[in-house]
Amino acid sequence: MSEAAELTVDETEEFVTFNAGDQMFCIKITQIREIRRWAPVTALPHTPPDVLGVMNLRGAVIPIIDLSARFGFGPTEPRERNVVIIAIHGDSSVGMLVQSVSEILSIAQGQVQDTSEVRTSASSNYITGIISSNDTMIRVIDLDAVLGKPF
Amino acid sequence: MSKSSIRDTFFEECEDLLEALTEGLTALEHAPEDDEVVNAVFRAVHSIKGGAGAFGLHDLVSFAHSFETVMDRVRARDLSIDRALMRIFHKSGDKLADLVEAARDESAFDATARDAVLKELEPFLGDAHDATEDEMDFGFATTPIGFEAAPLELDPGLDLPNPGLPDAAGRCSYQILFVPSADLYRHGHEPLLVLDHLAELGQIETTLDLRAVPDFDTLDHSSLYPGWTIRLETDRDRAAVEDVFEFVEGLCRIEIAEGDEIPDPDPEPALLPVAAYCVEAPDAPADADPATTRPQAPRADSEPNRESQKGPKPTLRVDLDRVDRLINAVGELIINQAMINQCIEELELPPTSQILNEIEDYKLLARDIQEGVMAIRAQPVKPLFQRMARIVREASEATGKQARLTTLGENTEVDKTVIERLADPLTHMIRNAVDHGLETPDVRRAAGKDASGTIRLSAAHRSGNVILEIADDGAGINRPAVRRKAIEKGLIAPDADLTDGEIDNLLFAPGFSTAAEISNLSGRGVGMDVVKNAVQKLGGRITVTSTDGEGSTFAIILPLTLAVMDGFVVSVADQTMVVPISSILETVSASANDIHIMGHNERLLLLRGRYIPIVDVAQSLQLTGPSPTETPIYLIVQNEGMGLSALEIGEIHDQRQIVVKSLDFQQGSIPGISAATILGDGKIALILDTEEIATRNAPSSQDVMSMLQFTGFEDV
Repeated sequence: MSEAAELTVDETEEFVTFNAGDQMFCIKITQIREIRRWAPVTALPHTPPDVLGVMNLRGAVIPIIDLSARFGFGPTEPRERNVVIIAIHGDSSVGMLVQSVSEILSIAQGQVQDTSEVRTSASSNYITGIISSNDTMIRVIDLDAVLGKPF
Repeated sequence: MSKSSIRDTFFEECEDLLEALTEGLTALEHAPEDDEVVNAVFRAVHSIKGGAGAFGLHDLVSFAHSFETVMDRVRARDLSIDRALMRIFHKSGDKLADLVEAARDESAFDATARDAVLKELEPFLGDAHDATEDEMDFGFATTPIGFEAAPLELDPGLDLPNPGLPDAAGRCSYQILFVPSADLYRHGHEPLLVLDHLAELGQIETTLDLRAVPDFDTLDHSSLYPGWTIRLETDRDRAAVEDVFEFVEGLCRIEIAEGDEIPDPDPEPALLPVAAYCVEAPDAPADADPATTRPQAPRADSEPNRESQKGPKPTLRVDLDRVDRLINAVGELIINQAMINQCIEELELPPTSQILNEIEDYKLLARDIQEGVMAIRAQPVKPLFQRMARIVREASEATGKQARLTTLGENTEVDKTVIERLADPLTHMIRNAVDHGLETPDVRRAAGKDASGTIRLSAAHRSGNVILEIADDGAGINRPAVRRKAIEKGLIAPDADLTDGEIDNLLFAPGFSTAAEISNLSGRGVGMDVVKNAVQKLGGRITVTSTDGEGSTFAIILPLTLAVMDGFVVSVADQTMVVPISSILETVSASANDIHIMGHNERLLLLRGRYIPIVDVAQSLQLTGPSPTETPIYLIVQNEGMGLSALEIGEIHDQRQIVVKSLDFQQGSIPGISAATILGDGKIALILDTEEIATRNAPSSQDVMSMLQFTGFEDV
């Protein structure tokens, strides 16, 4: 009995929710290295529009992508609350520009609805699950699908 | 120490032993009678066998045993080495390396190939065929790499030689010159203990040598002057004697001579201040060889047999990650230094300010540290070259051609990453050289050449670059054939007018392969373009020259370090970028009169009577920002086979050392950009790949260029 209770605790995961292209998304907190305020980046030539460029993260050169543009919602409009989520991707880091970060959710595994059957368009290919929280639908992002396989 | 880490140590050691083995075998070709060399080879095989036994690697043990048995017969002069035996030795060495690798990776090996080699060894096994392991001990001292064998000795399963057993070779005498330096005492060593240790080997006679003590006036009380000449009678071999001095290596001068001749106590004029010993000793730490202790005696690379006589060089095995962490930290330091520099400049202090001096010192120190750290990663190309000897052997066997490999400059040091990433391209090029470059023995004889072809592999440092050359003395590039093939493949127009150099460069075109029939070796679809890409990834370039009937030479030109370079900080449109200085021949600030228009909007720069095509860098990179200056600067760069180009940029701000940060997160390279760096203000600047920009966009009157660009063949 007590074992079962413990298991439930173990299965709770924390997600960070954020806005991109006016939709709510989230990723596991363990996939995030840090969150930084947006600062202009160095643009890379000959790259698709959703690759904003590169920035200096304490001596490492990391790429920054515009999540909204990658999802096909068009470029993120520059705003005061824009932030860059630095995600851990394989051995390296990748920055994702989002509109704003909202909160941290504690979610039991069972509360995440699998979307593998409802995936249809290109943008929903990036989504592994759906969480319903306070009547809002929050999309769980598959980082590997968004950023490509880590090298 | 856990079993697995001992195992790792064993395999690390095996690498050294295999290297010593290869080296010994190569030396043996030139000096089949040299006992030292034969012993060195024997020891290497024996040590591998011993270690393998301890880890229960039976396949390895049994193979090494046969190899060792034959080697031992050579040692005992039961067998003499001829070409056939030499060939078998090489094969056995290669097979042993394969078996070690298989054992390390715990992967399967080609048992048939091993048995084939064993079969070849069999006729040479002689009576010693059924010798037991115990009889294999010949009083040999441990391994040639001294203390690294220590963890293995703890294992009782090892059949290391028993030092108590007298050697059948009998007693011999050594004359040893031992001059401790003051550092020897500073490090807490005691010469008496060394002499005691020596006495354990046999009988010693010690004579104090006071000749080096100078006049009282010139005597430096903190230096040490006296030395000893020691006559040692022992039944142990030279390595055992050298082992005694292992812990004081680099802290004293040691010369060991066999027989009764007294080693020249002082190769320098007798009046030389003795302090020179102390200075000299660390430079030639492990050299027990008189020839190398003399500073004026140049170390000849072509004396591999000398190398094997030397004692072990004190080295340190360090986890590569640790070195890389250090290198990264130093990279940060350089960036940080640049930032501080910039901050101080903004303060506009008076030029007499003390801080300006200090910051200059800081800059120099940072550079020193950086160079020192980079040197840790630098490694001689020797192991890489040695591997190529095997490739030549295998390739010549497979093609029925005769080839030998000569190497030059194998002590040239190159960044470890470069060595690792060059292995495959070099293998490919060596195979090509044998397969396509050299002619068959009959053809060679008909052309009045030696039936056996020569592949020359050389490495050298030249003006901030490392240059590797692979030259063969074959027939040279068959240009009509190359041309035909290129037309066939649609790489060039049938009526294209190409120079010899342009034809030669077609070899690097993707998918190009000149072999009419697909042979076992090359022609598997990967061509020289793969080699070229690998070299370009390392920031280098590759060139080819060829003379009909005399052979071809491929040269790989690589930057010395991958991590740091000198660059111009420039502005391109509204971006700050960096151009590697090494790629720039000249910078020109031209007036409007020097710019000429050709065709639609091709512009040419007139420089000293020569028209040079202009490439607008901003346009090439599709940067849309406004050019910040009305008077652009032109960077004159040279491209392989293309002549000059003038890259138009906005302004040159600064010249500085930059730390190269790769952009390897990007799938595929970004055209025109080779890497990035972090500037003093913390911003990222992209590093321009000038060659790529120049060749991608250069207007050319030759239709071949447009053809080549069309097929994705970018820089000819």
